[in-house]
Amino acid sequence: MTLLAPHTVRAASEPSCYSRLVNHWVCPSYWHDRGGELRSALVQHLEITVVAVALGMVVAIPLALLARRLGWLRQGVLGLTTALYTVPSLALFPLLVPFTGLTMTTVVIGLAVYALTILVRAVVDGLDAVPPDVRDAADGLGYGPVRRLARIELPLAVPVILAGLRVATVSTVALTTVGSLVAYGGLGNLIADGVRTDFRAELLSAAVLCVVLAVVLDIVLVLAGRAVTGWRRA
Amino acid sequence: MRLFGDTWRYLTTGGHWTGDGGLLDLLGQQLLLTVTALLLALVLGLPLALWLGHLGRGGWLATNISGIGRAVPVFALLALLVTASWPGVRTAGPYGRAGLATLIALALFALPPIITNAYVAVREVPAHLQDAAAGMGMTGSQRFWRVELPLALPLVLSGVRLALVQVWATATIAALVAGPGLGRVITDGFARTQYGEGLAGAVVVALVAIVLELAAAGLVTLSVRVPRLGSTTSSV
Repeated sequence: MTLLAPHTVRAASEPSCYSRLVNHWVCPSYWHDRGGELRSALVQHLEITVVAVALGMVVAIPLALLARRLGWLRQGVLGLTTALYTVPSLALFPLLVPFTGLTMTTVVIGLAVYALTILVRAVVDGLDAVPPDVRDAADGLGYGPVRRLARIELPLAVPVILAGLRVATVSTVALTTVGSLVAYGGLGNLIADGVRTDFRAELLSAAVLCVVLAVVLDIVLVLAGRAVTGWRRA
Repeated sequence: MRLFGDTWRYLTTGGHWTGDGGLLDLLGQQLLLTVTALLLALVLGLPLALWLGHLGRGGWLATNISGIGRAVPVFALLALLVTASWPGVRTAGPYGRAGLATLIALALFALPPIITNAYVAVREVPAHLQDAAAGMGMTGSQRFWRVELPLALPLVLSGVRLALVQVWATATIAALVAGPGLGRVITDGFARTQYGEGLAGAVVVALVAIVLELAAAGLVTLSVRVPRLGSTTSSV
């Protein structure tokens, strides 16, 4: 008991685990004190990711339909999207700045371009995989081209498109961190700040949250896919 | 636009290309980093993936490692390595400041495409060819060197190509955490609100990325002289 007393006294005056002197990687009092900061970074991260992937999807579907309709466009579209994918993200954001400035739009458009390159391919592959006899049967039943696409082809392409959507979403979560270059990087802003100020608790928390967010979104997509393709289990 | 003028002026000023910390110096540094990290990943990953593919085991590794590679942000891993007391930001010979941390991160991010492609490539060698090889009395290693590897080569090489482009992109991000390479021109430009300079760095990085991709694609096409499976008559 005599040993305990000085120990507790020191603990009371000890600096918190995220002070400069201690600088622990894992620090619960950091989560407690700066929880709001973490939460708003997480919200921004989620916002950027969801908007970028949604934008990518909205552009990918008509592009994929065009590529399928016009043979000469197919190689062009797939080739161009591959070329865009090779441009490193840290280079793509500055290339957009002259047009969109230091805004969240820059990050969202840049990430949408990367998501687009994955999604176009997924939609084309998914529609290609629809069996021709199913298409013939739809024609025989009197489906017009639009109704056949909406009611038969796109639903049957869902598993392949979903696989692409999962890849696009998970990589977009990771890439969003690079947006900290233009100060809109969600959790990436905290990572950048953590490096700049040698703040280990902040750095590790933001990094782990990034991975957790990617995994959670992936699971959400898998579950959503299961709900949409109920016919697969029948 | 004034910004494009600034960019053009930056790129056409000879002094920005030469000398210590000039564009050429940084370009060389980043190429050196990229090549070293790729070689490191090849030495570590390729034998393992090919061997697992030959044995037909460890499919979970091949399928999951790509997912892990996608979910972990490069930036976060680099930041952790740089901030940790080892390897930290110390200079590593010709690789510059934080060179070791950058090398480790780059090599790790080159592993997934190499491993996944090499494993899948060997696994996808048609079963009837494996049977034929076994029927001819080939041993396991003969089968691997004379049947599986030649047939798997195109896919293995396309994984290496993917890794090369990915490592180049990752090496650019290294600058975001005080690392070496061309990304520094971009981050410096943005930090000092010299957006023309930042844009100039981005243009150089993007151009080199596309050149690397095209060169790698060309090399793969040249080096793969194996006739396509199933096309015994046509020679495309």
